[in-house]
Order: sequence, then structure tokens, then C-alpha cells
Amino acid sequence: MEHPDRTKVVLLACGSFNPITNMHLRMFELARDYLEDTGQYRVVRGIISPVGDGYKKKGLIEASHRIEMARLATESSDWIRVDPWEGQLAEWVETAKVIRHHYEELVAAEHCNDEVDTVRVGKKRRHEEREGGPYSNHLRADVPQLKLLCGADVLESFSVPNLWKSEDIAEIVGRFGLVCITRAGSDAWKFVHQSDVLWGHRKNIHVVKEWVTNEISATHVRRALRRGQSVRYLLPDAVVRYVQEHGLYSAESEEKNADVILAPLQKYAKGSS
Amino acid sequence: MAGRIPLVLLACGSFNPITHQHMRLFELARDHMHQTGQFQVVGGIVSPVSDVYGKQGLAPARHRVAMARLALRSSDWITVDDWESQQADWTETVVTMRHHYSRILRQYQQNTGTGGAPPPDPRPPDGAAPQLKLLCGADFLDTFRAPGLWRPEHVAEVAGRFGLVCVSRGSLQPDRAVHECDTLSRHRANIFLVREWVRNEISATEVRRALRRGLSVKYLLPDNVIDYIRQHGLYTWESEQKNKGGVLRPLELQRAPPEMLAD
Repeated sequence: MEHPDRTKVVLLACGSFNPITNMHLRMFELARDYLEDTGQYRVVRGIISPVGDGYKKKGLIEASHRIEMARLATESSDWIRVDPWEGQLAEWVETAKVIRHHYEELVAAEHCNDEVDTVRVGKKRRHEEREGGPYSNHLRADVPQLKLLCGADVLESFSVPNLWKSEDIAEIVGRFGLVCITRAGSDAWKFVHQSDVLWGHRKNIHVVKEWVTNEISATHVRRALRRGQSVRYLLPDAVVRYVQEHGLYSAESEEKNADVILAPLQKYAKGSS
Repeated sequence: MAGRIPLVLLACGSFNPITHQHMRLFELARDHMHQTGQFQVVGGIVSPVSDVYGKQGLAPARHRVAMARLALRSSDWITVDDWESQQADWTETVVTMRHHYSRILRQYQQNTGTGGAPPPDPRPPDGAAPQLKLLCGADFLDTFRAPGLWRPEHVAEVAGRFGLVCVSRGSLQPDRAVHECDTLSRHRANIFLVREWVRNEISATEVRRALRRGLSVKYLLPDNVIDYIRQHGLYTWESEQKNKGGVLRPLELQRAPPEMLAD
């Protein structure tokens, strides 16, 4: 299905993916269905970006394992991929920086395309769009839009003191946009309503309702694993095998970073004092 | 695990289509039964209901069986059995249980001695006879209370002679269902309640709804089942109309005048 008139979108999910579960993958499918159903968008790619070890979350195992598990999990998908850039950085970086990085990559890729197809018909149209088209206020019209894909918990976390810089929230939501998957019972719009920044950019926030409750959390998966219980069918078989082969997720690994403060809290608390 | 009772878990249902959630029930039940220290789960059986069940949107049994087989290809302990699905009429759960139990028992007797039988499955440790228990969701326990849906002697046989392993979802209270039914309560030692801590409500109904609306069902069921559904064009608006407004076969049977039932 080609829809040349639709805005291309790339979805980016940032998080621990410790480990990746079927629920993470479902979020991408739900978001794509929703955006394409609006008739405005065509979702061309999904990117999974596991956070680096510097994030210091309790029980966070090595990024190399988390990246590899995500890669195995997305092997059967023809549009979702893992990007190791964020995970391989030694220091934790703000989500806003991660988004900027991926946007630059999209711009660079589009540049390459432009040089390849010099006098294609589509090119003319792109030029027209560039000049004052409906998307002229949004970055570059020929580059796909990049939107952050998240759960309602991220929306909620925007109000946690010292977890986010307010200018980063404004940039993420204002310049890029959010696609937020929520459970049938929860009210994501409440968080939007309660935040002036989010409210200001509400047109850039897409709330997708998940009708089927599916609470596979990575925390639960780790708990089951260290208790020797089955996690089959909660994560792809290839990931279950990888976890077993490498003996990941034990009582010991759960104690990692136990007494350490989360990197963003450390950083911003210092800054504000 | 020596000295434990070999246990086979049987799940009856539509499996229309089979989802990850169905297979999770088996995994949760096996973990729980092993934790009791009494049982060694040696097998799981998925038994799709036959077409005459008359449930709305029920796809032909051959497809439901084929999908379940594909889904369970990667499991080393759960298998699909098409006996129930091939019966000309709807089979009462207790009859399906008797069928499978006699089969299991035969196999067990062959393995324990008489006749040089092939390697054992299920394995009898220290001669303990194998057991068969019905694996079900918490909503199933509630059907025991529904007036006229079950014959009292069948409830006693399923719960008493065989036993139940019931996985509870979300807010359902299976212990209440047991408490409020005298027969179940009498056999409560043979009813194992498994708590599912993760709410995971992938229902086949939701999957069919998404499919006929052209929405993605990836990661809710195995990829090879999704491919099968596509290849055979299953689960459309049209197929969902099947049996619409009809009466479920078990309910229809009860409507029959008592003298007919007595025959």
C-alpha cells in the first residue's frame, strides 16, 4: 500500500528493554495501526533504542545483552529494528538528545536519497512541499517525522521532579511528537491536562488505547526468571533461549545499582541545587 | 522429581484461534503443580471443541486444530488432540476426560510391565498411577454455578475423580466460586488455584475482532498461526456471523424435555 500523499513517520522507543517483551513489540504494532488509520500517516520504521548502562537503574543488565535480545526479538519484523547507538554510550544521555541523533540520521539518509535520484518525478513534488506546504513548520518535509513511542507511564513521569528537563519535554513533544499507548482503564489525557507544556502541544500527542490488557512488564519477567518460573510466550522464544544460554537475570543481577541514584535524578538534582 | 505423581493437563475450549494466552495457562499451571512437590507434569493436551458446539464465529475444527498444532510445534510437552473436535455431536467435558484418561492409563499399564512396550510416556515414577486434570481459566469455574449447565454428577466427577487446575485472571475470584458451590467445595483438595499476577487478557474474541478489522495481531499469537490465518482467509466479518443467534449445543441439549434426557 503506497500512499504518496501521507506523511512518513518513524517511531522511536527508548527504554531499558531489560529484557524486551512481547508487550514492547505490541506497542509498535498498535501505534502503527492507529497512525495509519488516521489516513494522514504512513509508518515506515520502528526503532528500539535500549538505554546505556550509565542509566543506573536497579537490575539493569549489560547493554550488550539487552541490545542482542532486542535484535533477536525483532528478527521476525519487517519494520522494527534495534539501534545500538544509545546503548553503547558510556554515559547516560537525555532522551531529547537520542531523538535529535536519530533525526539527524534520517536527514542524512534522505540526503543520500536525494543525491541518488536526481531527476525523479517525486522530486518536484518534494520541492513544492518544502515551500510553504502544510508541514513547513515541521522540520523538513521530505524527511519522515520522528515520533517518540511510549507508554502512559512516560507521560506520567514528565511530572516527576528532576527526572526531565522542562525544555526537553517541550522539544520532544513540540518539535517531534509523542505516540502514547494506554491501557483501557487509564486516562492519559489527564496527564496532558495537568501539564501546561503537554497541553500546549496536545495536537502533537497521539493517545492510542489498548483494548486488550496486556501487562507483561519486564519487572515481572525478571522476577519469574530468578524464581525459575516459565516466561514462555511472554517474550519471543529466541529471547527466552538467549536468557537461558547466558544465565541472565538472577537474584544477583537484580541487586545491580541497588543503592545507586538513577542517572537523570543525579544530574538534574545537582543542577537545581 | 522421583516419587511424584505423573500428571497430564487437559484444556478444552474453542481455540478460535489459539493465542499466547492459552499457552501461558499451561506454563503457569505446570510451574504451580511442580511447586506443590507432589506432581510431575508429563504432558499437556489441547482439545479443540467440535463444530457442532455452535459458538458464534467458530471456524471449522480442521483449521482450529491445524493452528493449534502450528502454535505448539515449539513446545516439548504440550500437544493437540483432535478426538473431541471430530465427534459428531458436542462432547461433555467429562466424556472427553474419560476418553483421554483411559488412553493415558492404557499407555501407563503398557509401560509398567505387561508386554515389552516402547519407552514410557508418561513415565511412572515408583509406580504412582498417572492423573489427568482439567486446566481452565477462572471464568470456567463460574459455569459450574450457572443453572442447568452441568449435571451435578459430572461436576463431582470432574472435580473429584480427576481434579481441576484453575488459573485466575485479574479480578476474578475463583476461591469464591469454589466456596459457593457445595460440590466444588467438597472436592477443594483436588482443585488447584493458580494466581496469574500479570493481567494478560489476550482473548480469542479480541484477536478475531482485530483480524476482521485488518489490525495487527502480531505478538498476540505465534507468527506461523498468523500466516495460516492469512493463507486461509480466516476470521472475516462473514465468518463472525456464523452461528449468530444460535443456541450453544450444551444449552440446546438441556432444553430438551427431561424424558428425552433420561433416554
